[in-house]
Amino acid sequence: MKAWPSIGQMRWGWFLASAVVLLLLPVVTDTHTPTILLIWALFALSLGLMWGYAGLLSFGHSAYFGLGAYTYAIAVINIGESTAPVLLAIVIPAVVAAVIGAMMFYGRISDVYMGVITLVVTLILFKFMSATAGDQYAIGAARLGGFNGIPGFAVINIPGMPEVSLFGLPMYYIAVVSLLGCYLVSRWILARSFGRVLVGIRENEARCELLGYSVPAYKTAIFTISAAMAGLAGCLFANWAEIVTPGVFSLRSAAEVIIWTIVGGVGTLIGPVLGAMALGMVKLLLGEQTVIDNSLLLGLLLVIVVLAIPRGVVPALQGWWRGRTRFRAQRAGHRRGRPRASAPRGGSSGTSESKTSRPETTGSAHRVPQAGRS
Amino acid sequence: MSDAVVETIDLTMRFGGVTAVDRVNFALKERELRCLIGPNGAGKSTFFKCLTGQHRLSGANGRVLIRGADVVGMRPHEIVRMGVGIKTQVPSVLNGLTVMENLWLAARRAHGWTRATAEVQRVIDEVGLGDIARRTVGELAHGQRQMVEIGIVLAQDPWLILLDEPAAGITGAEVERLVTLIQQINQNASVIVVDHDMEFVRMLGARITVFYQGAVLTEGPAEQVLTDARVREVYIGNRA
Amino acid sequence: MDYTAVVLLQILYMIAFLALISAGLAVVFGMMRVINLAHGEFVMLGGYTTLACQRVGIDIWFAMLVIAPLVVGVVGLIVERLVIRFLYGRMIDTMLATWGLSLLLIGMVTFIFGSSAVNVPTPLPGYQLGEYQMGGYNLFIIGVTAVLYVAMWLVLRYTRWGLIARGAMQNPEIASALGYNPRTVYMVTFSIGAALSGLAGGVLAPLTGLLPASGGAYIAQAFIAVITGGAGAVIAGTLSSSVLFGVVSQIVSFAYTPVIGEIAMLALAIILLRLMPQGISGRFFRNSQ
Repeated sequence: MKAWPSIGQMRWGWFLASAVVLLLLPVVTDTHTPTILLIWALFALSLGLMWGYAGLLSFGHSAYFGLGAYTYAIAVINIGESTAPVLLAIVIPAVVAAVIGAMMFYGRISDVYMGVITLVVTLILFKFMSATAGDQYAIGAARLGGFNGIPGFAVINIPGMPEVSLFGLPMYYIAVVSLLGCYLVSRWILARSFGRVLVGIRENEARCELLGYSVPAYKTAIFTISAAMAGLAGCLFANWAEIVTPGVFSLRSAAEVIIWTIVGGVGTLIGPVLGAMALGMVKLLLGEQTVIDNSLLLGLLLVIVVLAIPRGVVPALQGWWRGRTRFRAQRAGHRRGRPRASAPRGGSSGTSESKTSRPETTGSAHRVPQAGRS
Repeated sequence: MSDAVVETIDLTMRFGGVTAVDRVNFALKERELRCLIGPNGAGKSTFFKCLTGQHRLSGANGRVLIRGADVVGMRPHEIVRMGVGIKTQVPSVLNGLTVMENLWLAARRAHGWTRATAEVQRVIDEVGLGDIARRTVGELAHGQRQMVEIGIVLAQDPWLILLDEPAAGITGAEVERLVTLIQQINQNASVIVVDHDMEFVRMLGARITVFYQGAVLTEGPAEQVLTDARVREVYIGNRA
Repeated sequence: MDYTAVVLLQILYMIAFLALISAGLAVVFGMMRVINLAHGEFVMLGGYTTLACQRVGIDIWFAMLVIAPLVVGVVGLIVERLVIRFLYGRMIDTMLATWGLSLLLIGMVTFIFGSSAVNVPTPLPGYQLGEYQMGGYNLFIIGVTAVLYVAMWLVLRYTRWGLIARGAMQNPEIASALGYNPRTVYMVTFSIGAALSGLAGGVLAPLTGLLPASGGAYIAQAFIAVITGGAGAVIAGTLSSSVLFGVVSQIVSFAYTPVIGEIAMLALAIILLRLMPQGISGRFFRNSQ
């Protein structure tokens, strides 16, 4: 069976072109800013993979980003060489996610509850880390530092050669490779049966159960994979910022990644990536001035996007583009079946004012997508 | 009865103070086609959900045996993996995906990646979904979605098929098509159909079990049950 | 002996605090199944309104008990008309939009008042309890909360509006069936919920200090209290969860540190959510309000 229209195809042309652009970028510009944009893009990609294709919205994905950052910092201070810390920064968030995910999904909680629980998890981490000032709060040689965080740890080095630090330009390339690599991994996952089952679960969990799939197992698996990618992004962030503070776990951080993903487009992989890069850039530019508050704009943007283009910019553009090509094809006298990109959202489909979803019900009632609404 | 492929022993299901299924003993033979009928609230859908695992059962509810194995406490996906195909009362299909994608997911789990595509084609031919194979299910009419769901069930090649109100919302020629299809699949599979469309049930012409107030009122061949005065009474509410 | 009294009073205060900040969210959630993540900012707005009034010389009691709820109620009305009403039934979308709203409100308040913490002086003196110095204002908070909840219960039980509200909580279409325009019902309900949040913020301002970001603290706790309480019986549910969380968090705080107390509360919330998907009211209070 060929690639599913609902999942989309790997577009090698675009991918390779983007890869070339990214690889050659340092020739024309300083890489400090592009590096953080790539890191944020990876973070958003991890959320977009889980949300867009499995329908799982984590309100506190920053938890795994932060865990990756802190794990790297603590590990590299204790171990001295960076290879193991990087691996740990991927594995630890994944393990935590597996535990929390299993608890949530095997308990068959609704998506609203998942939102609440994931939010609370990142809150707990935030509060805990903020309160760890003082020498008694340390893991091995690494003092947790409370609100001030952990500064001054070693940046990634060439594996096996701890004296050769990869700070600066090499860091940029590590970020590029990470993003491109995770994108490929995501595409690969989606092309497998695993990815298709995820999409099925997003569409109608109950039916997938009735087809013999163990829905909780699939959800836990994708949640874990997503957390691993977020952890990698967090690890890279620690290396870029050279300090980790509890802010990585903050509600602000959790909200930002959701906004980037939603604006970019839930239901695609490229949407969250572009959204993160664009809005990340906006955030950096805005951060330098104080006239208009960052929160205000971000908040306004989120409200407008949810109201006006709930599927996000990229799918809206895709839909517009397809609409145009279909119009042209129809004018030319052909009939084209239109494969539709689904609009996966956690919300339910009601367009009327009646309150249909009670949070106590199980997941499937919520996830009827708004494919027919555009 | 050891030749029963589906058996319930004293199956009981209570919701709060209401006994929806009251110590029902039921048996289905290999390759039998059985219709479960009864007025609203008679307990037939609840009974159905006990068979499919959609109601989580415990030992206190009685016993449910599928090919001799006690499935009490099993989740729906575990029961499905025993080779049972389930169509629910509320149409349960994957609206955002195409018909072929829906069928593929069903076939993939049962047959594996390499055979899935062939199985999908088989079902498309068998159920007659060729015209709509590439359409998104959400766009289809209700009757078409019902047929797609039956296709999803068949794609798993089950030996036991449980259909809850397959004729709901469809009329005329589509109903005839459905009857023919069910009789066709009954040649290789055991089938239980729950419905209260009397015309549809009459056309199927199978053995009928009548539910009333959570218990089995009567059971027998179609012509006999459908002319039974007690059955008419519970449906219409007067002595005819 | 005195120490026990102090601990008990602290627990009572914590329960009252949770119940107070949750009241508005509970009304909106229980009646409309809307999860308003900007609720914390409504509370914060109530606080800032009180501050602004106090700076202009308005009597502080009037400011916190009358003006704050009014102002925030109006804000709630505007929000409902402009944003919420397009998203009914879409729970996650509502959560997202209200999250955006909360950021927006934080931004606006920062713009007007600046981002540093401000204090509103406590209008009630402290008192002696044995050898401990207690804040008298805490007693006021406990009192206000008690009065508020009794009032809510009375309204729901004995007034016509309360009847419609209870009906709508059970069955959304009831409002239409009874001849009331559901849009109006929702609009009024959301505004009342906002007003309650504003009241909470106004009343709490002297105790907690005001920051544009303080909404964040409120929303987490209110959210948890309301959702674990469950939507079935709003008053019973929210009160039960407030009691549970208040007791646990204070006891753990006394035993360890306040931070651990907060974390214990959050962890307990996760456990409860996992074990009781219907919330406390769904499990234990099926038939009350």
